[in-house]
Amino acid sequence: MRIKNLLIAAIRSLRKNKMRTFLTMLGIIIGVASVIAMIAIGQGSKKSIQAQISTLGTNVLMIFPQASSTGGVRMEAGSSQKMTLEDVAVIKNRCSSVAYLTPQVRTSGQLVYGNLNWRTSVYGVYPDYFDIRNLKIVSGSVFTMNDDRSAAKVCVIGQTVVNNLFGENADPLGNYIRINKIPFKIVGITETKGQNAFGQDQDDMVIAPFSTVQKRMLAITYIQSMLASAKSEALIPIASQEITEVLKAKHHLGPSEDPDFTIRTQTDIAQMATSTSAIMTILLATIASISLLVGGIGIMNIMLVSVTERTREIGIRMSVGARGHDVLLQFLIEALLISLIGGLLGIVLGGIVSQLIAKLLSWPVSITIQSILMSFLFSSAIGMFFGWYPARKAARLNPIEALRYE
Amino acid sequence: MDHQNHQVTEEDVEMSKPIISVKNLVKNYVMGDVEVHALRGIDLDIQQGDFVAIMGKSGSGKSTFMNILGCLDVPTRGHYLLDNVDVLTLTKDQLANLRNRKIGFVFQSFNLLSRTTALENVELPLMYNKKISSKEMQDLSIKALESVGLSSRSYHFPNQLSGGEQQRVAIARSLVNQPVVILADEPTGNLDTRTSLEVMDIFQRLNEQGITIVIVTHEADIASFTKRNVSFRDGKIIRAIEIDHPRNAREELMQMPVNVDEEEL
Ligand SMILES: Nc1ncnc2c1ncn2[C@@H]1O[C@H](COP(=O)(O)OP(=O)(O)OP(=O)(O)O)[C@@H](O)[C@H]1O
Ligand SMILES: [Mg+2]
Repeated sequence: MRIKNLLIAAIRSLRKNKMRTFLTMLGIIIGVASVIAMIAIGQGSKKSIQAQISTLGTNVLMIFPQASSTGGVRMEAGSSQKMTLEDVAVIKNRCSSVAYLTPQVRTSGQLVYGNLNWRTSVYGVYPDYFDIRNLKIVSGSVFTMNDDRSAAKVCVIGQTVVNNLFGENADPLGNYIRINKIPFKIVGITETKGQNAFGQDQDDMVIAPFSTVQKRMLAITYIQSMLASAKSEALIPIASQEITEVLKAKHHLGPSEDPDFTIRTQTDIAQMATSTSAIMTILLATIASISLLVGGIGIMNIMLVSVTERTREIGIRMSVGARGHDVLLQFLIEALLISLIGGLLGIVLGGIVSQLIAKLLSWPVSITIQSILMSFLFSSAIGMFFGWYPARKAARLNPIEALRYE
Repeated sequence: MDHQNHQVTEEDVEMSKPIISVKNLVKNYVMGDVEVHALRGIDLDIQQGDFVAIMGKSGSGKSTFMNILGCLDVPTRGHYLLDNVDVLTLTKDQLANLRNRKIGFVFQSFNLLSRTTALENVELPLMYNKKISSKEMQDLSIKALESVGLSSRSYHFPNQLSGGEQQRVAIARSLVNQPVVILADEPTGNLDTRTSLEVMDIFQRLNEQGITIVIVTHEADIASFTKRNVSFRDGKIIRAIEIDHPRNAREELMQMPVNVDEEEL
């Protein structure tokens, strides 16, 4: 049989069974579209988590004192008073792979400007903090180490604080706000960073010199944590190791003893967040696979239901001279056409659904070529198999058996 | 081999060439423990240009025989030469080619493709013939439909045609590949008197053009339009008679009043 005739026969057959063609296609369309959309959602959130983790800063290490235990009762991390500015100094002097280093204390403050007020976190840090966290100043400048030595009442504020105390688009540089009744001069405003990986608004904060917050606001002598950055990504583990050794020596702990502090690196956090999003991707992929399977069963159903009719058709074709493989080829072409058209429509629909989710739920999506290929191949394979298998069975009968088939 | 000798003697004895020659044809159907002996040894030669009616009671094996002649089914035992080809040695694909080039088969139940136009149904055998171009395919199919008087129904679907018209489409399909033999299993079984006559007229005219025709029929009336009647009983041929003066369907059709045929039934 000529290929052209085969194509004609296949197209005629698809056209004359519009409903069957459509339903089979629908199975493929839904299967492909749902896989693409689900994977897009999973991949999208994974990507955005990765992007958000990079907003933490570059090559960041966080050093917390080990939670103290009072009579066996563990206290909150950072509640230990074992970490002091001496620790900062010794790390600064002895750890060559550390680029920037700052102590950190945190408290919450009631902010007042005019008749507006706002409650937020106040961080006490060295200017190094801005380098570690990649925080850019859009207006004004960072306070200096001199401000820290003099415990100057100056601060840098985030955009959310600006919006809530001064209104959108205001430039409050040089104004004074009261934080827990203490007047602070605003010397800088940070660039907008958005939410971090855990949904916190990173622009909702006040950053002031370390000693200002430590002495004037908290009135403590210890530090709550340290933030450091390694000189390069490759040096993160080295930096972690150096800090561990130096701090243990400083705290008179032997090499075999457990440290009284913990170090978290950006790599750790990224891994944690990525594994969370991987679980979500797996979950979504499972749901998608189920819908692919349901779509596949739909295809199967339609194909099998039409077997009787098709077996008679095969009988008729063979009785006028079709060879077994003519018939098989025709059925394969039919299945191929359905799979191709259905698959393409499914890809388009999957793209549309993904974009709708992105728009309506403002959820990040990312369509991957793997999800397209996988869903496309899977549903085509099902379509082809269930188109081909009954046809093969029928083509093996002799014509009269196929004609009598019930 | 046995049947090759048989072919030689056949040609020696009768000078004219049999287009169909079967010897000792046996067909058993096995259904569970029971074996149905549908054909119990059929010997029959059909000469080129003959017009044969196969008759017999229901269950006597007529359809079984026709299906084997049409290469739609295979016998349990026996020999079958079609146009000097030993059919039973052929592969499935070769059988398909034989059906495609040499045989036209007309079923009692029409067996047209549903939701497919009359013209496309007639084209079907030609689609499986590589030597035929699209243009030839269409020309031949239109010609075949014309020869059964249905050119005006080319684009009708089977469900838009009467039984007689469907049967004529099936006949057009059977002759479109210019076969050496047309086999028709009760082609008039579902038709009224007048339509039956029309179908017989078509067969008689095809036969005049030299095509060998074998039909199965229950009705002696229909059989009297053919040249030879072969009677089956219990899977055997019990009688074969020549018809000296076959009736002429064309003449009888012309004598028949157009509107009273229903009452005549
Ligand atoms: N597929 C089959 N399986 C089993 N037995 C069959 C099959 N086809 C036919 N038979 C049996 O073979 C015998 C001959 O059947 P066949 O159809 O050839 O009869 P027929 O002469 O064509 O009858 P009718 O005039 O009713 O069409 C019958 O007894 C029938 O029951
Ligand atoms: Mg019969």
